[in-house]
Amino acid sequence: MGMFVVKRVLLMIPTLLAISLVAFLVITLPPGDYIDRLVLEASLDGDYITAAEAEGLRKIYGLDKSVLAQYFDWVWKMVVHGDLGRSFSYELPVEELIWDRLGMTTLLSICSMVFIWTVAIPVGIFSAVRKYSLGDYVATFLGFIGLAVPNFLLALVLMYVSFRYFGQNVGGLFSPDYVNAPWSFARVGDLMAHIWIPMIVLGTAGTASVIRTIRANLLDELHRPYVVTARAKGMPEHWVLTKYPVRHALNPFVSSLNELFVQIVSGSTIVSIVLGLQTTGPLLFDALRQEDMYLAAALIMFLSFLTVIGTLFSDILLAWLDPRIRRQFNNGGL
Amino acid sequence: MKPMINVTDLSVSFSGDDGKVTALDNISFSIPEGKTVCLVGESGCGKSVTAKALLRILDNHAAIESGSIEYQRASGDQLDLAQGPAKAKHIRAIQGNEISMIYQEPMTSLSPLYTIGNQIVEVLRWHTNLSKEEAKFQAIEMLRLVGIPSAADRFDSYTFELSGGMRQRAMIAMALICNPRLLIADEPTTALDVTTQAIILDLMRDLQKTRNMSMLFITHDLGVVADIADEVVIMYLGNVVEQGPVEQILTNPQHPYTKGLLASLPHTDGKRRARLNAIPGVVPSLQNRPKGCPFQERCDHFVTGLCNEKLPELTAISGVQSVRCHGFGAQAELVPLHASTSQVDDCLHVPNPVDRTAAPILELQNVSKHFPIRSGFFNRQTGTVRSLNDVSLNIWRGETLGLVGESGCGKSTLGQTIIGLHKATTGKVVFRPNEEDVELTGKTDSQLRPYWADIRMVFQDPNSSLNPRMAVYDIIAEVLRVGQELKSSKDIEHRVLEVLDKIGFSKEFLKRYPHAFSGGQRQRIGIARALAPYPKVIIADEAVSALDVSVQAQILNLLKDLQEELNLTYLFISHDLSVVAHISDRVAVMYAGRIVELAETETIFNASRHPYTEALMSAILEPVPNAHADDTRIRLEGNVPDPANLPKGCPFAPRCRYATSICESSDPSLGEISTDHLLACHHPDVVQNTPVDQLEAMAG
Repeated sequence: MGMFVVKRVLLMIPTLLAISLVAFLVITLPPGDYIDRLVLEASLDGDYITAAEAEGLRKIYGLDKSVLAQYFDWVWKMVVHGDLGRSFSYELPVEELIWDRLGMTTLLSICSMVFIWTVAIPVGIFSAVRKYSLGDYVATFLGFIGLAVPNFLLALVLMYVSFRYFGQNVGGLFSPDYVNAPWSFARVGDLMAHIWIPMIVLGTAGTASVIRTIRANLLDELHRPYVVTARAKGMPEHWVLTKYPVRHALNPFVSSLNELFVQIVSGSTIVSIVLGLQTTGPLLFDALRQEDMYLAAALIMFLSFLTVIGTLFSDILLAWLDPRIRRQFNNGGL
Repeated sequence: MKPMINVTDLSVSFSGDDGKVTALDNISFSIPEGKTVCLVGESGCGKSVTAKALLRILDNHAAIESGSIEYQRASGDQLDLAQGPAKAKHIRAIQGNEISMIYQEPMTSLSPLYTIGNQIVEVLRWHTNLSKEEAKFQAIEMLRLVGIPSAADRFDSYTFELSGGMRQRAMIAMALICNPRLLIADEPTTALDVTTQAIILDLMRDLQKTRNMSMLFITHDLGVVADIADEVVIMYLGNVVEQGPVEQILTNPQHPYTKGLLASLPHTDGKRRARLNAIPGVVPSLQNRPKGCPFQERCDHFVTGLCNEKLPELTAISGVQSVRCHGFGAQAELVPLHASTSQVDDCLHVPNPVDRTAAPILELQNVSKHFPIRSGFFNRQTGTVRSLNDVSLNIWRGETLGLVGESGCGKSTLGQTIIGLHKATTGKVVFRPNEEDVELTGKTDSQLRPYWADIRMVFQDPNSSLNPRMAVYDIIAEVLRVGQELKSSKDIEHRVLEVLDKIGFSKEFLKRYPHAFSGGQRQRIGIARALAPYPKVIIADEAVSALDVSVQAQILNLLKDLQEELNLTYLFISHDLSVVAHISDRVAVMYAGRIVELAETETIFNASRHPYTEALMSAILEPVPNAHADDTRIRLEGNVPDPANLPKGCPFAPRCRYATSICESSDPSLGEISTDHLLACHHPDVVQNTPVDQLEAMAG
């Protein structure tokens, strides 16, 4: 098991390198660069940047070198100095910009995930055990509504509701007083008061699909012979269900956990823009629009890193849940 | 003495989309203390439903409609198990504690996510107040008692780490942990090899004797019935049609269904028949239960106006035996139980005319198939699974070669290597469709294509080997379309109709999909598909193993007819020795990926020389009561060796009762010991055979 984790962590290195290369190349792919953008913006303002000035700027920013040379510079500085490059548009080192955002994104993703689990797993179990009952139909109906309503619309509705009826100031993860305040209990409390809206918004679609997954998995398991065996032991029904079919039904769910995680991490951009959240989504969106290449590449890389970590996490969880997979790992298969 | 369980007029119904259907129709029987009652019948007759109803673990869509299950507890109290909700506390107190159950497939009946120890201890913890340590101690003791070696270690094993026989032992240990008074066993040996079956049956018999436990034993195998039953209850479509002591039922059966079941069995007792007396048709589905006698459609003695009008009463024909047939009882004079007309007389088997001086149609020369095991970070090869080792074999035109052995000995790999699904690692497979020699090994798939029409396969599971999204016509025609022989769609249609006629299907079946057919019919479609390009060789891999006995007999007869008509050559792979004995001209016995003995069928079954063949043959259960009273059967302990780790020397030596030092050091090669009798054994004279006449005397 330990060997397996070590192997997987080692395998993450080439994966991340490949991701960083692709991320960097993709960002430099569109014609033009940040300087072209500056020239364009200046001309729109009636200002003027000469070709020589532009070349000078390129030299300062290192944009005159070949793409690969820029990439190697970037990776080298990152590995040796922990320097992620400089954001052109914010004129700040990238690392100063992204840590807070990444932290918020991770926190929001984990909260949404926990929300999805606590709602969807019990409802899914109920839906399967009482198949075609009234409760099953209601859960299915609500689930499909959650799936069908666009996230940003739900965000707007919830913002309206919380503003109109709870008098809460909306948007963002903090009240204006706390946005730039240092961490304190009051700030955490303020975060908690704000985070539930994005959590529900991001969770609803996931909840619906997890309910369906759990229900379908469990329906497959409920009639397996081992459930009959367990029942024939004379144990109470709830014990039989939770120990045997439910645990089996979690298996395919856990292996698809990672997809859920990716969906939350990458799907939150529009919602974050609508809600004005300080997560990575809006930052990445702006960086891409302004061809702020180091910022964009760093963000893409770290989001991919979160995804790779998520995959590892769900694989370890799967191995912990299922002795058959554990044995495969121990025997050296991946 | 009052029986421990008394089932009276028990009815169970299933509710589905098309309303309610009757699954059990007023069945009555009793289970005396310390005795074994066998429930016998084909699939769909209600055996498992009966067992589940007794234990109150019926599926949600099934319900007890009426009747009672009187259970006499050890204290003498009477309890009606049919009363009250299934999850009531007093029912749960009995489940797993006083009445417990084991199942056919321990692999699926035990959860792979928990250790077997966990699943055994759980039962004790629910029904007793034992501490965790005490429960674990008792569980290990029980595992030891059912013959699991190093039980303390196995306590922490998962099901997939054990062999089939060991898994079934673990299951038995789980069922017996609370000292139940009744053990319900639902086909507990059906998924096991004959050798393992013999050991598990011994174990169950011993445990029953020492604990004075009653057993309700469900099986379709009349050989097992003869071995273990005291009383037999024959079921058909949710009715009890005959019941009585095992001797009466097997030697003096009265109901046409019981007689039909016995007649459709292939025998290995030397009286080999040309054809089996198959019961025509199949068990109807519950929705199509006929009015009157449930067996009427398949019965030779059917009388219009009586059998299709009124359900016969269960009539006592002696103090112990009763029959549900109009041929007995009040209107007996209307139903003369004349000698059967449609059934074939005991025509003796005539061997296939085979010219063994000609070149064989298939010739295997030193064929080996090894699979690499890869593991580790760089997927290096760390071992080899030696599935086939140096197999040489000739199959002549027009004969049937049977291939037997326990599961995991390489039978299926051999068939698949011949046809090219696996590429042989070394050795040659030579095929002679006409005059020329074709070496199949070493050819690419596209070069092999023309020969795939000449060598065809029939698979075990007719459910999964037919594409559910293709109509019968397309399933059969697909083979012809990819073949080069028939070009126009008209020719193809003509051929499909021709083949359909040969398997006894009518034209209107062509547009239907596989799910519309019964298991036996699906297997016929599989045979039609194999037959369509008019092949020369058919490899039948366990082709009748998944079928009920009456259907199995129909398919075996069909295979024989087709062989005669089309001069087919069969390689018949099966673990069922009596089926192989019935259909084969010669039999090859495989062990650990090699052939250990090969001879004519009669020689193999009556004068085998290899200790492994001897053990296999002695594990066959004949449907003859008390045949095994003076038990001289050989119990083959242990398992087929792991092909990734074959022992040095003779691979059978670790299990062989005659093994000497030479067997452990050197591997015997396959040599001819007499005409057409090949053997791979260092000690060709150790096996003492029972003379044929004595066997026949035993068989009665």
